[in-house]
Amino acid sequence: MPHHPDPQVPEPDTALEAVTARLARLPALLESHPQLVERGRFLTVDCLLGTPTRPFHTRIVDGRITAMEAGPRLMASWRFAYRATPEAFLEFWKPLPRAGSHDLLALTKSGAAGLEGDLHPFIANLQYFKDLLALPRAAASPSEAHP
Amino acid sequence: MTPRLEPMVGRYLHCEIDGRPHRIYFEEAGAGIPLVCLHTAGSDARQWRHLLCDEEITRHFRVLAFDLPFHGKSNPPEDWDGSEYRLTTAAYTAAIRAFCGALELERPVVMGCSIGGRIVLNLAIDHAAEFSALIGLEAADFQQPWYDTTWLNRPDVHGGEACAALVSGLMSPDVPPARRRETLWHYKQSGPGVFKGDLYFYRVDGDLRGRTAAIDTTVCPLFLLTGEYDYSCAPQDTLRTAASIPGAKVTVMDRLGHFPMSENPEQFRAYIAPVLEEVRALHDKQ
Repeated sequence: MPHHPDPQVPEPDTALEAVTARLARLPALLESHPQLVERGRFLTVDCLLGTPTRPFHTRIVDGRITAMEAGPRLMASWRFAYRATPEAFLEFWKPLPRAGSHDLLALTKSGAAGLEGDLHPFIANLQYFKDLLALPRAAASPSEAHP
Repeated sequence: MTPRLEPMVGRYLHCEIDGRPHRIYFEEAGAGIPLVCLHTAGSDARQWRHLLCDEEITRHFRVLAFDLPFHGKSNPPEDWDGSEYRLTTAAYTAAIRAFCGALELERPVVMGCSIGGRIVLNLAIDHAAEFSALIGLEAADFQQPWYDTTWLNRPDVHGGEACAALVSGLMSPDVPPARRRETLWHYKQSGPGVFKGDLYFYRVDGDLRGRTAAIDTTVCPLFLLTGEYDYSCAPQDTLRTAASIPGAKVTVMDRLGHFPMSENPEQFRAYIAPVLEEVRALHDKQ
């Protein structure tokens, strides 16, 4: 039977590339949201953000992303990792995501995302990370990035 | 200029709960069938302000919303010694019955959300004859925990910020921004350890699995309404619970989450107004 891909669902490689491209924009997006930088002013951490196969090693200093390097990268330390499947990120970034795909922790509950390591910096700055990773959502306005 | 005043009034009630004197704050509006509203864990009765201002509802219902002890403007009991707050099924049930008894409410309707929805199920199991209808929002016999509650009360994490951030994703993504901020503000104002203490009931002491089949909806009608975006008490949790209760009426609410009455009052109204109309019709027949 011939394969007819659903045009609404990207092929896996395409989804990964799309997610990687959007995540790579996070430092610039964050700089255009000074209130979010302010929210993270007490946060300095090295963490992994991204997909299981291509996480970004992310350095945050006083709420600003100062470095973001696509992994995997050998011998690099990180405090915690939040990694979701490319498909989960793409659904999460829709203007009105499906129930269960609309929040970082909803994705961990369903198993579409994993949260590992020392969770203190993540939980202590939870709304910051929820808003940060929601920045690529096309319809999100600067002051009301949804969780 | 004429001041714009809302119709509800707030008062303090002195009553005993399990023999201990308490000072309980509540707000009320309207006249008719008493409708007692129970707030979610870690929040307070301000969540119900839109219902209290809804003239279509208060025309037929005396709506009363009270802050549980330790919440909002209700104090801890006078003899509290500072020990860790933990809500139990027995204490929660006693508080509701004490409030209704002190105000001499005759077979009130009770509507609770989240922990309030869970305790409504317990009222249906053990005290159904005392109520004329029970409404559980975001209610289930049990839900799978989805985070570690120890994060909610420790000195190196800001309790208000953490509590609010944890529940922020339980709302629908398209709620009005002001209502979303207001709902979270209540969580930011909760006393230290109160949300965590409420979740002791939700996670540990209030597990009703295996007990809900005892509910007789011919004694007291039971309505269960759950928002599609609630992943704490997901619609499937409510549907599973209702499957064991003959006669329970279930509604899954579109574009709503765990806090329907405060996160999007207009959308919630579309679902709760017909239920209250049905409750009124049943009440008129009695």
